Amino acid sequence: MAQIIIDTANHIAGYAAKAARVRVVAAYPITPQTTVVEKIAEFVESGEMDAEYIRVESEHSAMAACIGAAAAGVRTFTATSAHGLALMHEALHWASGSRLPIVMAVVNRAMGAPWSIWPDFSDSLSQRDTGWIQFYCADNQEVFDTIIQAYRICEDERVFLPAMVCLEGFILSHTYMPVKIHDQEEIDAFLPPYRSGWILDVNNPFSHANLVSPEWYMEFRYMIQEAMENAKQLIPEIDKEYGRRFGLQYGGLIDKYKCENADLIICTMGTMGSEAKIAVDNLRKEGLKVGAARIRVYRPFPVEEIRNIAEEASIIATIDRHISFGMEGFLASEIKASLYHMEDKPLLAGFIAGLGGRDVTFKTIEEIAKKSLKWMKAGRVEKETVWVDLRE
Amino acid sequence: MVTIKEFPKEEYLLKGHAACAGCGPSIALRLLFKALGNKVIMVVPACCTTVIQGPYPYTSFAVPLQNMLFEATGATCSGIAAALKIRGLEDITVVGWAGDGGTVDIGLQALSGAAERETNFIYICYDNEAYGNTGLQRSGATPYGAWTTTTPTGKKERKKDMPLIMAAHKIPYVATACPSYPVDFVNKLRKAKEIKGTKYIHVLAPCPTGWRYDTSKTVEIGRLAVHTGIWALYEIEYGRFRLNPPSDRLIDKSKRKPVREYLAMQDRFRHLTEADIEKIQQWVDMDWEYYRKLASSECSDLTLHGKI
Repeated sequence: MAQIIIDTANHIAGYAAKAARVRVVAAYPITPQTTVVEKIAEFVESGEMDAEYIRVESEHSAMAACIGAAAAGVRTFTATSAHGLALMHEALHWASGSRLPIVMAVVNRAMGAPWSIWPDFSDSLSQRDTGWIQFYCADNQEVFDTIIQAYRICEDERVFLPAMVCLEGFILSHTYMPVKIHDQEEIDAFLPPYRSGWILDVNNPFSHANLVSPEWYMEFRYMIQEAMENAKQLIPEIDKEYGRRFGLQYGGLIDKYKCENADLIICTMGTMGSEAKIAVDNLRKEGLKVGAARIRVYRPFPVEEIRNIAEEASIIATIDRHISFGMEGFLASEIKASLYHMEDKPLLAGFIAGLGGRDVTFKTIEEIAKKSLKWMKAGRVEKETVWVDLRE
Repeated sequence: MVTIKEFPKEEYLLKGHAACAGCGPSIALRLLFKALGNKVIMVVPACCTTVIQGPYPYTSFAVPLQNMLFEATGATCSGIAAALKIRGLEDITVVGWAGDGGTVDIGLQALSGAAERETNFIYICYDNEAYGNTGLQRSGATPYGAWTTTTPTGKKERKKDMPLIMAAHKIPYVATACPSYPVDFVNKLRKAKEIKGTKYIHVLAPCPTGWRYDTSKTVEIGRLAVHTGIWALYEIEYGRFRLNPPSDRLIDKSKRKPVREYLAMQDRFRHLTEADIEKIQQWVDMDWEYYRKLASSECSDLTLHGKI
């Protein structure tokens, strides 16, 4: 029986790991991730979850233990934040290079120094090139559904890659919302038992991940790129199937809102996407033709869909909860790159907002929209990157 | 206990491996498989064995092997052991096989964590007393005075005592070994296989490339290490310390050969002064005073931890 519970996104991530029938969890505590792994510890010790819980001594070891367990043939899960994710960096490459379908919740938190425990995307976006699929969620229900979907996608033989399901610290991690926990039998029907491309097997011994000469290395990299392209095709299909089964779906790669005939498209990620929808409704009431596109999947990047959205728009405003120092926000860069080959491309205005947990509300987004529309009318973007609400 | 004649004929370290001539670790590797058979899953971090196994698409190992990040052997074994447990495959032995750098330096944290979590596996440190695979740089296991590429005038600090660090974790089994004593090593591995929990075996594995001696002398060097007492063969089973033959006959200093004989055979020590050699001899003698106390009946009765 499906049930509605009211709980935080962190606890919901724990419920999702249980519902996905994860068999090995290895985790190390870090704020604001802690309540994910506390919830799972409760599930395991009460017997509600038939899993081994490895209380490792670091995040690097958490990912190493997940790699070992996934290689030895079971579904694995872990969760981390910020510095924990950075410490895992090396092992993230090893997981994707090993083509192991590990799923991890990343409870987004800003990177230090100085210390911050509040959210931005500087932790997960710093891991952009590790070969992990990256999902970004806008509410607690999406956290649950995306974790379930992620296993199905990662364990598809066309993909066999790991995925991180990102949710912003505190904004989601510690905020109570009603969430539908779907019927276990239906989840089991959607998500078959663990599958991977290979397994450590005493009856079929081979050396895994041993030294590869320049004759072979590039081909292995190309196969990861192909797998990412396959994931890009598969994610919207799986999302639709999920919608048919459970009545909830998220737009596949991009959650689009009133993008038809919009002059301005506001591009965001994570919870800013929910605020952007409110802003769009308010601006539409004023007669302004504005739409919102929440990039739900950042890797693989939805290049083709971005181009489709851009066809009718005159300007795109990107809001990055992140900065690539010495350049601009990643979202701005990647959308520009996506538009490069279009004949008639829209203007692009980049905004940096919400770093280290500074609030980004619909009001902030309405101001961003109005500034962008002004530039659209002028036919040029006055400032390529604007830091929003910056103290002078 | 098996004798050398009872060693199985099967070879799971296959022909064509890429070890240097006279490689001590490769002898230990062959003995490992003789002792444990092939119902084994191995984890190998960055170390000489990364090369010894051979490059993709070949392998010289007849057991499944997960190559892993330098510092992550202990944690990876925890993951594999957990997966095997939940799959009901606990008759498979999980073996972490790492060099001295991957054990006493960069891998110490993950190993300590795995031991504290009572991970059911055997961890073997094959110790050639330097980062051999990267061209012989100093490690925490390099002994005092030894030349390495990063200690061109000799290391100024002493070797880290890793087996006793592991004993402090109160794991059920800690042992030292050397491939020059194959029966001792194989029996220790067989004993370790039957014990549940974390088992740690530290193997002094002479390396002609790094230690600068003739490739035909590996076994002899290992024997001298033991007979001079610079390396002692012992085991600590549920906290009970016991010297193994021939080390058990060497408590009396007069039975031990001067450490000078061991040092003189290796060019990595050629620059040592008389004062250096005397200092090393004194340290060896102090170690043996400690072993004598640990092996005495008084101390053995007061085991650090019992099998409760």
